[in-house]
Amino acid sequence: MSDVPADLLYSEEHEYLKKTETADVYQVGITDYAQGELGDVVYVELPSAGETYTRGAVFGTVEAVKAVSDLYCPISGEIVEVNASLGDDPGKVNSDPYGAGWMVKIRISDETERDTLLGPDEYTKHIG
Amino acid sequence: MAKELKRTPLFEEHRRLDGKLVPFAGYEMPVQYPSGILAEHQAVRERAGVFDVSHMGELEVRGGDALGFVQYITTNDASRLEVGQAQYSAFCGHDGAMLDDCIVYRFEDHYMLVVNASNVDKDRDWISQHTGRFDTQVIDRSEETGLIALQGPRSQAILARLSDADLENIRYYHFIEGTVADVPAVISRTGYTGEDGFELYLPADRTAHVWQQILEAGGRDAILPAGLGARDSLRLEMGYALYGNDIDERRTPLEAGLGWVTKLDKREFIGRDAIVKQKESGIRERLVGFICQERGFPRHGYAVQIDGEVVGEVTSGIVSPMLQQGIGMAYVPAETARPGTRIDIMVRDKAIPAEIVRPPFYKGGTVRK
Repeated sequence: MSDVPADLLYSEEHEYLKKTETADVYQVGITDYAQGELGDVVYVELPSAGETYTRGAVFGTVEAVKAVSDLYCPISGEIVEVNASLGDDPGKVNSDPYGAGWMVKIRISDETERDTLLGPDEYTKHIG
Repeated sequence: MAKELKRTPLFEEHRRLDGKLVPFAGYEMPVQYPSGILAEHQAVRERAGVFDVSHMGELEVRGGDALGFVQYITTNDASRLEVGQAQYSAFCGHDGAMLDDCIVYRFEDHYMLVVNASNVDKDRDWISQHTGRFDTQVIDRSEETGLIALQGPRSQAILARLSDADLENIRYYHFIEGTVADVPAVISRTGYTGEDGFELYLPADRTAHVWQQILEAGGRDAILPAGLGARDSLRLEMGYALYGNDIDERRTPLEAGLGWVTKLDKREFIGRDAIVKQKESGIRERLVGFICQERGFPRHGYAVQIDGEVVGEVTSGIVSPMLQQGIGMAYVPAETARPGTRIDIMVRDKAIPAEIVRPPFYKGGTVRK
């Protein structure tokens, strides 16, 4: 069974949104389900801090042994931080997707977009 | 409706081990187990891994003309085999195109041809069509035969805990008939990983027992069950061709770099004339290995360019777990096939510079020569 933490929001494309200490800044990564489907991640290509993305835009790619997959921005905003450590250790996406395997932190531009994301129950159903 | 997928004798074992099952060559096969492809790959390189390859086909060739028949349908010279020896070989059509690659085993009173799962029916029908002038029978033993590959430097030590056979004296590409965990087995020092190891041909209904015993006996060596994903990355690090990816019916053995198993000086065999003709007129394209100079994941179907012009296509590619670099195989024009030639691999619109090299990519394998 895939881990779907109760305190996160999810996109249908299997990215998650997690609160940070800063009110309007959220951590983004891929879900435990997504990393399991992809298999061992070997490269993660991420944007640079300062770039802005609208919801649904491709902001990076994950190369796994079996397939390459685009990363879709789950919410509109500006990238304020990128997890550069994934360059040396992309396996963290597999071992700790909600922790050390995070990908970017994003300052969201439209609070209301959060309401369109899936809650844990809905996401569990989505992957079920 | 999709054709029902077949299951190997180890299907329940894969389920119990939580293997991720995918359709492959008409079978439901594990692509990986929970430890993941990289960990399985590493286990085989450093210790041991065990693979279910029961989906492979086994065709038995019997009769007074068995050797003459094998000689006629395969490209390598089976007359050089002694009893207890095996050789890599291929089947070609009359036009010289490769129908399959295979391993030919010589037993006391018959031969066994081990073929790719996806080609069993095609191969059996093809070779059965040509038995006409030979005193020979072809018997398909695929369903009743299980096949386990135990691979990695610890393989012999692990197998020795389950078998009294004189393993040390089985040379590379040789085999004996013995028992493993009290089950009669053909114990063959062969494999598809570049590491020392064995392939065990077993009665289908006893294969699960041997599988369980190997995992248990290999516990203290941290053996892992390994799936198709690791099988592919391991074989690719060695530059071993995979039928359906790197070789197929559009290619001759010469184009695929398999001239060494195509013995044009032996007597007539199917495809010989066409291959001789191609050798005389020159080969246009050749299968080569390449290694990426920058970060990039080459995949099947990606274009190969030289000076901005598409000259070929990647047939297999991966980021090598051992080298941490993109490696792969591709067909390129023969005049550019020399090691050292610079090419570009087009990874999603980005040109990744690469160099043509002679495999194996990974040179640390423990396979016995």
